[in-house]
Amino acid sequence: MDGKVIKTANKEAAQVLQWGESRGIETCFSRAEMLKPCPIGESGACCKVCHMGPCRLVGKNAEEDVRGICGAALPVVAARNLARMVDIIGIEFEGRPVNDVAKDVALKFMEDFSRQRGEINYIKRAPKKTQERWRKWGIIPRGIDREIAETLDRTTMGMDADADSILNHALKASLANGWGGSMISTDITDILFGTPGPVKAEASLGIFKEDEVNLVIHGHEPTLAEMIVDVVYEPEMIEYAKSKGAKGISLGGMCCTANEVMMRHGIPTAGGFTNQELGIMTGLIEAMVVDVQCIMPALAQLSKKFHTKVITTSEKVKIPGAMHIQFNEHKAKEIAREIVKLACDNFPNRKSEGSHVTEKFPVIAGFSHEYIEYMQGGRWRASFRPLNDAIMAGRIRGVVGMAGCDNPRVPSTGMHKYLAIELIKNDVLVVSTGCSSASCGTAGFLTPEMALEQAGPGLREVCEAIGIPPILHLGACVDNTRILTIATAMAAEGGLSDEIGGMPAVGIAPEFITEKAISIGCYFAASGVPVIFGGESPVGASKEVTKIMTKVWFERFMGALHFEPDPEKILAMALDYIDKAREALKLRKYEPGKFGAERVLMDMAARRELEKGSAVPHAGVGG
Amino acid sequence: MSKLIATAAIRGSHKLILNAEQMLEKALAEKGKDFVFEFPDTAFYLPMIYAMTGFAVKTLADMKVALGMAKEMLHPEPEEHIWKPYLGEALDSGMATLFAEEIILALKYINGLEPAVDLGTGYIYNGFITDTIQRNLGIQLVDGRMPGFAAIIGAAPDEDLAVKIVREIQEKNILTFLSGQSRDKNGNLTCVTKQLLNKKVELGWDTYIVPLGPDTEHTLYALDWSVRASLIFGGKKPGDFKTHLKYTKDRVFAFALVLGDLDDIKWSTGAGAINMGYPAVCDTEIPVIHPTGVCIYEEVDRELDHNKIVQRAIEVRGLKIIVEKPPIPVAYGPAFEGERIRKEDMFIEFGGQRSPAFEWARTRELDEIEDGKVIIVGTDVEERYKKGGLMPLGIVVDVAGRKMQKDFESIIERKLHHNINEAQGLWHMGQRDIVWMRINNQAFKDGITLEHLGVIHNTLTHNRFRSIVDKVQVTLYLDEKDILAVQEEARKAYKERDKRLAGMIDESVDTFYSCLLCQSFAPSHVCVISPERLGLCGAYNWLDTKAAFEIDPTGGNQPILKGEAIDSVKGRWTGVDEYLKKNSAGKVETLNLYTIIDNPMTSCGCFECIISIIPEANGVMLVQRGHTGMTPAGMKFSTLAGTVGGGTQNPGFMGIGVNFITSKKFLYADGGIKRIVWMTKSLKERIGEDFKKRAEEEGVPDILDKIADETVAEDSEKLLEYLTKAGHPALEMEPMF
Repeated sequence: MDGKVIKTANKEAAQVLQWGESRGIETCFSRAEMLKPCPIGESGACCKVCHMGPCRLVGKNAEEDVRGICGAALPVVAARNLARMVDIIGIEFEGRPVNDVAKDVALKFMEDFSRQRGEINYIKRAPKKTQERWRKWGIIPRGIDREIAETLDRTTMGMDADADSILNHALKASLANGWGGSMISTDITDILFGTPGPVKAEASLGIFKEDEVNLVIHGHEPTLAEMIVDVVYEPEMIEYAKSKGAKGISLGGMCCTANEVMMRHGIPTAGGFTNQELGIMTGLIEAMVVDVQCIMPALAQLSKKFHTKVITTSEKVKIPGAMHIQFNEHKAKEIAREIVKLACDNFPNRKSEGSHVTEKFPVIAGFSHEYIEYMQGGRWRASFRPLNDAIMAGRIRGVVGMAGCDNPRVPSTGMHKYLAIELIKNDVLVVSTGCSSASCGTAGFLTPEMALEQAGPGLREVCEAIGIPPILHLGACVDNTRILTIATAMAAEGGLSDEIGGMPAVGIAPEFITEKAISIGCYFAASGVPVIFGGESPVGASKEVTKIMTKVWFERFMGALHFEPDPEKILAMALDYIDKAREALKLRKYEPGKFGAERVLMDMAARRELEKGSAVPHAGVGG
Repeated sequence: MSKLIATAAIRGSHKLILNAEQMLEKALAEKGKDFVFEFPDTAFYLPMIYAMTGFAVKTLADMKVALGMAKEMLHPEPEEHIWKPYLGEALDSGMATLFAEEIILALKYINGLEPAVDLGTGYIYNGFITDTIQRNLGIQLVDGRMPGFAAIIGAAPDEDLAVKIVREIQEKNILTFLSGQSRDKNGNLTCVTKQLLNKKVELGWDTYIVPLGPDTEHTLYALDWSVRASLIFGGKKPGDFKTHLKYTKDRVFAFALVLGDLDDIKWSTGAGAINMGYPAVCDTEIPVIHPTGVCIYEEVDRELDHNKIVQRAIEVRGLKIIVEKPPIPVAYGPAFEGERIRKEDMFIEFGGQRSPAFEWARTRELDEIEDGKVIIVGTDVEERYKKGGLMPLGIVVDVAGRKMQKDFESIIERKLHHNINEAQGLWHMGQRDIVWMRINNQAFKDGITLEHLGVIHNTLTHNRFRSIVDKVQVTLYLDEKDILAVQEEARKAYKERDKRLAGMIDESVDTFYSCLLCQSFAPSHVCVISPERLGLCGAYNWLDTKAAFEIDPTGGNQPILKGEAIDSVKGRWTGVDEYLKKNSAGKVETLNLYTIIDNPMTSCGCFECIISIIPEANGVMLVQRGHTGMTPAGMKFSTLAGTVGGGTQNPGFMGIGVNFITSKKFLYADGGIKRIVWMTKSLKERIGEDFKKRAEEEGVPDILDKIADETVAEDSEKLLEYLTKAGHPALEMEPMF
C-alpha cells in the first residue's frame, strides 16, 4: 500500500479503513499510530498500586538495583501487574435455570464463585495427574471470587513481596477462571442454547445487505443475542422491516457474541475486535447491540458520523453517547423485539455514505468438543482414538490452540493468518477460538478445501477422512475451556501423555490485547500447555519474572507463558515444543509425508492377553 | 477422496431404509403388526439391532420401531463445496444400513425368500447363520485354526482368479463369507459363489467357504454372526454398544475383500462394518481412508494386484497367521479338513474295513530312530499305488524326545487324523485299527505319493509337538502280513493305554490344568480340566492339556496345583480357587468341580452340551448343541446357551463336554447320573455304551430307559408324567437344593 504502514492484513478491512482515512475518520488503527504505548508500563515496570508512586523501576540493572518507594523490587512489581491482569475473569455466565434440576446445577455452580474453602467443582474434570501437580503446588482454587479478592489483597502495597509467590497465586486465580468461570460458562451456555454442531456460515465485513435492515450483535455474552436470533425472523418482525422499506432483516455478529451465535445458528460474523469500528464505517448497520467486553468506547462517537445506533444493554457497560436498553432476562424476548424494531425504524435513516464491501468467505464452524468426539467415529464409535492415533503415527505433528485478540498495533489479523497457514503446512492441527477464529474466518481459512490446498500431507489425510477444515472453530474466547476438555479426553484415551502436560500441544495468542487473554494464557500454562503470546512482554522488564513464567512453570506444570513479537520465532518455538513433546513421549519422529503404523500383528496368544493390557492394539499405533 | 465414500454410504442408507420401509409396510398390511418373527435358531432376535440398542425385535411392530431408530441415523449427503464433516455421519449411516438390511432380510425370511437360491444352479445359499454354528466353531476360533474372517463381496475378474483368491485365503485358515455381485472382466454380472461353483470348488462350512447370498445385503449375516461373538463368548450385555464394538474391533479379526466396482449399497454396508472395526480392501481404483483409530489400521485400502490382495487385507486387519505347511504338492490347512471325497472322485483308499489298516504312535529312544525318515515296507509298492483302488496300510509314527512321555502317545496319535485330513484331496476317518483314508484323483494328479503320507506326519508331528518331540520317523507297511503282525503289537499298546487312562482319576494327581484358550474371545472364562472332567468344548482332556503345557509352557494351558481339598465331595481345592481369582479377570472367586448347584464352572460359550436343572423333577436335563427343539426347561438350546456363556457362574446351569456325562465325577455332589431326567435321543445314542457301564456301576442298570427324551416329553408336565410312570429314581432323591 504505497509504503504506508500496513494496518490490517484483511483485505476487506483495509478497504474500509482506507475509505475512512481518506475522510479523516478516526479508528483504533489511527489512534494506535498516534499513541505509542508507554514503554515503562508496557514492560511491567510501572507500579501504581499505592499513592506513594506511581514508581518507574527503570534504568541499568533495574532488576537488581531499583526499588519502588515501598522497596518493592522489579520482579515484585512485574509479578503484581501480571497477577492483577489475571484477575480479570471471563465470567460470562448469566444463565437462567429452566427447571428444578437446572436450578440445582446453577446453584451448585454459583457456589463455586463464593466458596471459601474446598475446591471448585470442575477441578475433578482434569486428568488425575494434572490435579496432583496443582495440589502439590497449592494452586487449586477454593472459590472463584475468593482467589480474585486475595489477588488484590496480596498485590497491594506492603503485602506479598515474593515474585514466585505472587505468580503462584496468579496461576491459582487463573485456574478459577479456566476451570471455574469459563468452563461453567461454556457448559451452561451449551445447556441453555444447545451444544454446537457443524454449521455453514459466512465471515467478512461484506456480510451486510444493501437492501435489508442490518442488525449487529457485538460483545461476548450470548443471552440477549440468542433472544434476538429467536425473534428476528418472526413474520411480524420481517413485516415490520418491510414496512420501513427494507426487504428483510439481516442479523450479523461481531467479536465473540458473533462466535457464540455462529457456532449455534450459523449467523454470519463481520469479524473480530478491530472490525467493530469498520463495520459502522460501511454505513450499512442500522443498530449495533453490545453486551460486555471488548466494546470500544469510540463506537458511540463514530456512530454519530453515520446513522448507526449503538445500543448498550448491560448494566456493567454504559457508554456516553450510546443508547441504553437494559437487558432483563425475565422480559428477554420483548426486549429483543424492541431492539429489532428499533433497528428497523432506523433503516430509512441510512445515508449513502459508507464503504461497501462485497466479498464474503464461507466458514464451517460449530466444533464443540462433543462434536469433535462424534466426528471421529459417529455416535457408535465416538472417541479421541483417531486423533491420538494420528498424532502417534505422525500424520498430525501436534495441536495448536490459537486464540486471543486481533491487535491494531500489528497488521491486524496478520499474525493469525501467517501462523495458521504455516502451522497447517507443518501438519499441525489448529483449533481456534475468539478473534483468532474471526481472523481465520474473514481470511477464508475455515473451509474444508483449505486442507486440500494448504495442509501438510498427513494433516490433509486426516482432514479428508473426516471432512474437516484443518483449522477448527471451537467458539468464543470463553470456549478455550473446550480445548482443556479435549486435552483431558486425549489424555484419557491413551497413547499420548496421561496428563495435559506433555502433550504435543501449544497455545498461541499472536495478537493479544486484553487482560483476560493473559488470564487464559496463565490457566493454560498451569494446566500444562506451553503458551506463546505475540508481542512484547508486559513483564519483560524483569528477568526473574520471565524465568518463573517459563522455566519454573515448565518444571512444575509442564506449561509456560512466553512473549515473542516475531511471528517466525513464534512458529519455530511452537514446533520445537511440539517436537520435544513427541520425543519425550517416544512417538515416531515427525517427518512430513512419512507416517503410518507399525503393525502389531495379533496371533491367538496376543489376543488372550488383551484383557491384561500387555498387548493393546487399540491404544494406538506408535512406534 | 473419502468424501466420495461418505456420500455413497449416506446415499446407500437412504435407499435401503426406504426399501425396508416399503417392504415393512407391505408386510404389516398383509400380516398385521403382531406377526411374530425370529431368525432360525438364535436367541438374539435381530442380532445387530439387539446388540447395539438392547431392543428385542419380536414382531413386525417392533421392526417398525427399530426402523425408526435407523432413520434417526440418516444424514444429508455432504455438499460439493464447503462441506460439513462427514465421517461420523457416514458411520452412523452405515449402522442405519445394517439395521435396514437386518429388517429387509427378516422380511425376506417371512416371505419365504431366504435363504436365497441361485436360479441357474439351484444352489441354496447359507442364509442366516445360526447360534449353533457359532458355538460349533467356538474352539476353532480360539485355537488358531480359524484366526480370521474374510467377507468377499462381488466377483473376481474371472473364475480362475476367484479360485486363486479363495484358495489363498483357505490356506491361511481364514473363514470366507461370500455375498454380493459385480461385473467380471467380460462385463457379466456374477458373484464369487457362482464362479467357484463353475470351478467345482466345494463350498460350505467344512471347507471354510460360506456363500451367504447373492446380494450385498447378505453380508449382514456375517456381521450378525460376528456381533454375536461378543454376546455369546464375550458375555457383553445387549445395548452396551460401546463394548460390543470394542470387542469386535479387538477380537474378531474380520475384513472385507471387495472385488469389482462398488455401488452405494456396498459402500454403505462397508461403513456399517467399519463401525465394527472391519476394514475393506478393494481391487479397483477407489479412494482410500488410511488414518487409523476407527479401525485398528486403515479403514479402506486398495490393492489392484490380485496376487497381493489377500496378504494386503491380512496386514490391514493386523492379523498374524502362522501356516505350517508340509512339503507336499497340494494345499494344506484346516480349511481343507472338511472336504469329502466321493467314490467317483476317489483315486485310492486304505482301510475302512475293506483292507487291513491301522495307525500307531510309539515312543522310541532317541538313538533308535532317524529324524524325518519315511520307511516304506512292502513289495511292488509303487506299482500297486499307481493302479489306485484299494490298498492295506499300517502307519507307525515313532517319536523320541527328552521330554516325551508315554502318556503323550495317544495325543500324538489322535492328531494323525488331522494331519492327513488337512491336506487338500486327502481324507481320513476313524483311528487306531479302524482308520479309513482316501486320496482323490486330483491329488494323485498333483503328485501325492505314499511317501507324502509319511512326510505329512513327520512335519506336522514336529510342528504340533515341537518341544516334546525331537525326532520323528514314520514307517508305512503295505503288505498284509506285515500289517497284521504289527497291528497285534499296536493293539496291545492300545489296550494298555486304555487301562492306564481308566485308572487316572482326580484323586490320583496333584495337578489339574487350566484351559485359557477361549480368553481370546471370553476374557473371564477359565476351564479347569481334571482327569475326570474334560473341557466343556470336548476338545481338551487332562492329558491334552498336560501335553500342551509341556509343548508351550506359556501357552493357553497352565498347571493348577490342587492344594488342600476344602470340600472333596463338591470338588473344591485351595489351589484351584487361588488360580481362578488371578486368571478370571477377578470375575470368579471359587469353584466346585462336581456340582451344578453351588459355584459351578463357568462357560465360554462353545460347550458341547448344556445341563439345566428341572426343579419340579428334582433332576437335570441335558441338551446338546445343534438340537433345535424345545426342552422341558422351557427353553431351546439357543436360549439356554444365552444364559450360560460369557464366563459367568450360573447355579443350575452349566456347559459341559459330552464325555463328562459318563465320568464318575459327573454331578458327583448332586447325585450323579441318577439326576438325569431328560436328555435328547441323539445324546443317548452317542454315549450309549459307556453310559450303560456307568449305570451298572451306580446300581441303576435300567436308568437310560427311565430318562425321558424329546419323543416323550418337551415340557415339564409331560416329563413328570413320564418319570412317575417309569419310576425314575430322581423323584425319590433328596431335594437338589
